[in-house]
Amino acid sequence: MAVDEPDDPAKDPALSPEARERAERHDRSPWNWLLLVPLVVVLFPPIYNRIDPTLLDWPFFYWYQMAAIILSVLVTLAVYQKTRG
Amino acid sequence: MFDNVNGVELTVFIVLFVAVSAMGFVASRWRRADDLEHLDEWGLGGRDFGPWITWFLLGGDLYTAYTFVAVPALVFGAGAIGFFAVPYTIVVYPIVFLVLIRLWSISHIHGFVTPADFVRARHGSSTLALLVAITGIVATMPYIALQLVGIEAVLKAMGVTGHIPIIVAFAILAAYTYNSGLRAPALIAFVKDGLIYLVIIVAVIVIPYKLGGWNDIFGAAEKKFAASPNPGDGVILAGPAQLQYATLAFGSALALFLYPHSITAVLASRDRNVIKRNMAALPAYSFILGLLALLGYMAIKAGIVPITSAEGKPDNNTIVPLLFDKMFDSWFAGVAFAAIGIGALVPAAIMSIAAANLWTRNIYKEYINKGATPKQEARSSKLASLVVKFGALLAILGLDPQFSIDLQLIGGIIILQTLPAVALGLYTRWFHRWALISGLIAGLAVGFWTTYQIQQTLVNADKTVTVVKAHFGGSGFPLSKLGMDTTWSIYAGFLALLANLVVCIIATLVLRALKAPEGEDRTKSDEYFADRGDPRVHDLPEVVH
Repeated sequence: MAVDEPDDPAKDPALSPEARERAERHDRSPWNWLLLVPLVVVLFPPIYNRIDPTLLDWPFFYWYQMAAIILSVLVTLAVYQKTRG
Repeated sequence: MFDNVNGVELTVFIVLFVAVSAMGFVASRWRRADDLEHLDEWGLGGRDFGPWITWFLLGGDLYTAYTFVAVPALVFGAGAIGFFAVPYTIVVYPIVFLVLIRLWSISHIHGFVTPADFVRARHGSSTLALLVAITGIVATMPYIALQLVGIEAVLKAMGVTGHIPIIVAFAILAAYTYNSGLRAPALIAFVKDGLIYLVIIVAVIVIPYKLGGWNDIFGAAEKKFAASPNPGDGVILAGPAQLQYATLAFGSALALFLYPHSITAVLASRDRNVIKRNMAALPAYSFILGLLALLGYMAIKAGIVPITSAEGKPDNNTIVPLLFDKMFDSWFAGVAFAAIGIGALVPAAIMSIAAANLWTRNIYKEYINKGATPKQEARSSKLASLVVKFGALLAILGLDPQFSIDLQLIGGIIILQTLPAVALGLYTRWFHRWALISGLIAGLAVGFWTTYQIQQTLVNADKTVTVVKAHFGGSGFPLSKLGMDTTWSIYAGFLALLANLVVCIIATLVLRALKAPEGEDRTKSDEYFADRGDPRVHDLPEVVH
């Protein structure tokens, strides 16, 4: 992109060490890929759009999505723990 | 006004309501700043909320009283499709996890208070910022009005009719929001959420027990939908409804954190970790919402008949209060009603603050008083918050409440159209500023056109179809209207966003080819990662630009 910053400030010798350290910061982490798991799990209704198997009398449609909430908490928590600043 | 009122219910309701209102006024002293006459103090609570306060504040902000009333009502009426609120609130947090921390960093370095502030600095276009601000205000206003519908449903169930109680409730709300700013809903949210958790946990234990268990509850729902001639309802999704279910959940999730009131609560947090931690902790509310949705089926099993409105239409929004009224002792029903009533106050306060901030920062300061001091900004916002709330009140009293419901439906669709400028803008400056303007307008046009086309129909017992509402009958747009040979529907906001993005891309390519002047970007790439403790991050920026 022509409009973006031309130089990499992280390698700019004119900057103070602190400023260079700041410029190297980023949010990239392989753990972030985990965030896609909850999307895949609930955004395809054909996976769970049925009655059986039931759990404690709840149709599959309902307990599957409630279970997906717990899964998404665990996944997001894991990403938070691994990437906290 | 007070025919057939249950005295115990009403007394408990009033006591809790008054207690909470007192908290709202006292809140101005809580975590007190030296000077509340600054927008960062009044409008963002000092920008210093930790993980717990943020959790309660965001929870109180996003899961509104209207949600608590309308989601079970939808499940009561149509079944599985109403459960979309669960996948919606599952996917929203992973989607915004990385986006919001960028927004937090850049906003704290530059002192942004609203999403339109960011748009202006990033894309160098005050026109685009103005459009984003107006879109935000228009999307938020009916949402505030709908909170009143939540309170009204509760009052109706208690036997209180007439407009005076709701005017009183809103006047009190307006007074303490004016006085305390964002600190008021932040403090009240503790009570609201505590009451909601208590009520829902008791409800999902006591009510199924009284009704003979979950098997009977789901059984009654299955029987109701099997008997109904409408092909769209059922305990699981009808085949063609699946695309709508998924796109509605996904589209609503994309829209949620574009709402100004969500961003207000996010920007009020202390650092990036507070936001990340909350993205993991907020689904606790989704769990409650899922349980709450099933109150719709419990109402079916309990044989609840919705109260008929003045126009003779059954008002499904009354089923949850009626169910509580029937299943609980009077005193606990009073607690439950207070939970819903107070649940309306927290989001209404935050929404009016967010709308007022948009007015002040992106219209008043930009066009009316360019040299506004922080004190003038705070004063302008406080007054605007009053105007916004009384506007919402007039909308409910003067117009058919259905109008607000329609508008709120469109609200989600139109706020979604700010996604390229705000959310994508956090990542890239590839889009030309004028292309973003064209895309936004195109998206709004498609959003209005599609929802205008959507009819609400009722299939009669003899298989004939009655059109209940000719326009704005829902958010599921039948693909057959585009000439496709299918019975499938798609979330109208999704189509509008698609049109928006296509226009953004094409217009950018054309404008670059024509060498149209680029806007100036006042942000730097490394500013999107700054955290608390960084010398560039000021808690209270003196120069708010």
